[in-house]
Amino acid sequence: MFAGGKMKAGIVVIGGGPAGLAASLKASEYTDVMLLERDELGGILQQCIHDGFGNFIFGKMLTGPEYAEHFIERARDAGIDIRVGTTVLQVEGKKIVASGSDGILEIETKAIVLAMGCRERSRCQILIPGTRPAGIYTAGTAQRLINVEGVMPGRKVVILGSGDVGLMMARRLTLEGAEVEGVYEIMPKPGGLIRNVVQCLHDYNIPLHLCHTVVDIKGKKRLEGVVVAKVNEAMKPIKGTERFIPCDCLILAVGLIPENELSRQIGVAIDSRTQGPIVDERMETSVEGVFACGNVVHVHDLVDDVTIAGEIAGENAGKYAIGEFERIRKGKVIAGENVRYVVPQILRGMEDVTSYLRVEKEMENVKLIVSGKKTFEKKYRIVRPAEMVKVKVNADILTSNEVRIDVKS
Amino acid sequence: MSKAEFICIHCPVGCKIIVENEEIMGNECKRGEEYVIQEMKNAKRILTTTVFIEGEQRMLPVKSDGEIPKELIKDCMRELAKVKARLPVKRGDVIYKTSTGINIIATRSMEKKQE
Repeated sequence: MFAGGKMKAGIVVIGGGPAGLAASLKASEYTDVMLLERDELGGILQQCIHDGFGNFIFGKMLTGPEYAEHFIERARDAGIDIRVGTTVLQVEGKKIVASGSDGILEIETKAIVLAMGCRERSRCQILIPGTRPAGIYTAGTAQRLINVEGVMPGRKVVILGSGDVGLMMARRLTLEGAEVEGVYEIMPKPGGLIRNVVQCLHDYNIPLHLCHTVVDIKGKKRLEGVVVAKVNEAMKPIKGTERFIPCDCLILAVGLIPENELSRQIGVAIDSRTQGPIVDERMETSVEGVFACGNVVHVHDLVDDVTIAGEIAGENAGKYAIGEFERIRKGKVIAGENVRYVVPQILRGMEDVTSYLRVEKEMENVKLIVSGKKTFEKKYRIVRPAEMVKVKVNADILTSNEVRIDVKS
Repeated sequence: MSKAEFICIHCPVGCKIIVENEEIMGNECKRGEEYVIQEMKNAKRILTTTVFIEGEQRMLPVKSDGEIPKELIKDCMRELAKVKARLPVKRGDVIYKTSTGINIIATRSMEKKQE
């Protein structure tokens, strides 16, 4: 039956992962919400079958699917108009065109929440030379193959990149009977959380080779092996350190990029450092009535923070939709010394906020300094680029013009 | 005189904990102390994996109901390779009882595919 056509909704949330679910739930306290998801609810959590999620929100460690189901159940009970298998094709102003099993939908809405998440970087984006055989996968694709579809991507595996997804896949492949020759990381430090290095690599005696990268790929139809090499401080391969490793599978865990094709279509301003929309503390983007949350804004370490951001975006989209939201855009945040980026990028200085930032380089015994109308300092024993730094900033520190955040010894 | 180093895996902080002469140092909370004591006696982990589903080409995510000794994980995996779950399942349902007495439970609810 064709049930498509024109419809109306108070708020449309695009993306049914943890950010979109939290936003929908909060927004549904204000008005009617339609949640559009192109696959199934839960997003990437459904393939993250390992535990470690929800430590801050639930006070215990859940697996990805468990964490997701808590919110999916609540979303169903809240009477949200959930449409899975529905892909948003186009957004023009507050008009959304989507395609799903009900045909083409044209939805008119008052507010939009962007929660599309992020995508993996692939071989093209890191420019590994060599042939193009079968057997090269991004870590997320390999994770989906093993955990959802029950297919092994290879038997002898080399993993490039030591972010959390790469570490998880090293353990998962080992448990399923593959041989993981090693994890190779171009940086001098592991990219993921230390606890994941312990429970994924040390537990299974999987070697981690820091300051290494893959410099060549061999094999015609199927991958036959890769050449790895040491890199210098400039991250350039050192001649004479090349080593050939026979393998039938290369897993690329080389980073994530927020997915903002739709945001750009809407005309939302994008931060060149985060690759996500520029937002204020209410998660409103540069386009009035368009909010954003989760990994579409910047790549998070912990899903708990994604949920919190989703709730903020949902609450304010709700207020906007019922006319209880006054748009005020002022107060720039400047990423100072040893700060790669800060989110939100705009602080209006009207309420206390939690700022999220990433540092450029690892430093011990540092002070984080927020300078605005007043100055505020917080000490950290260690800061690492791999771990997001969270800091609560009181409204009275902020000014209407700009705030600067530095991390120095 | 013994000295050993641990990294606590119980939360994302990842405290570096040093044990020297029966003194535990460096943990920011009580769970770190419990972790180190357990790690020295008998290291345990939660096993998270998947099992086949009868008549379907997708996997059901499962986990051990509680921590299990590290050295039993491989045996558990071997046993679970033969298990086929029957849908529908609810999150928390016991899918299989291993020979060592550990319950394996579903970590998501799943309905039969409607074809």
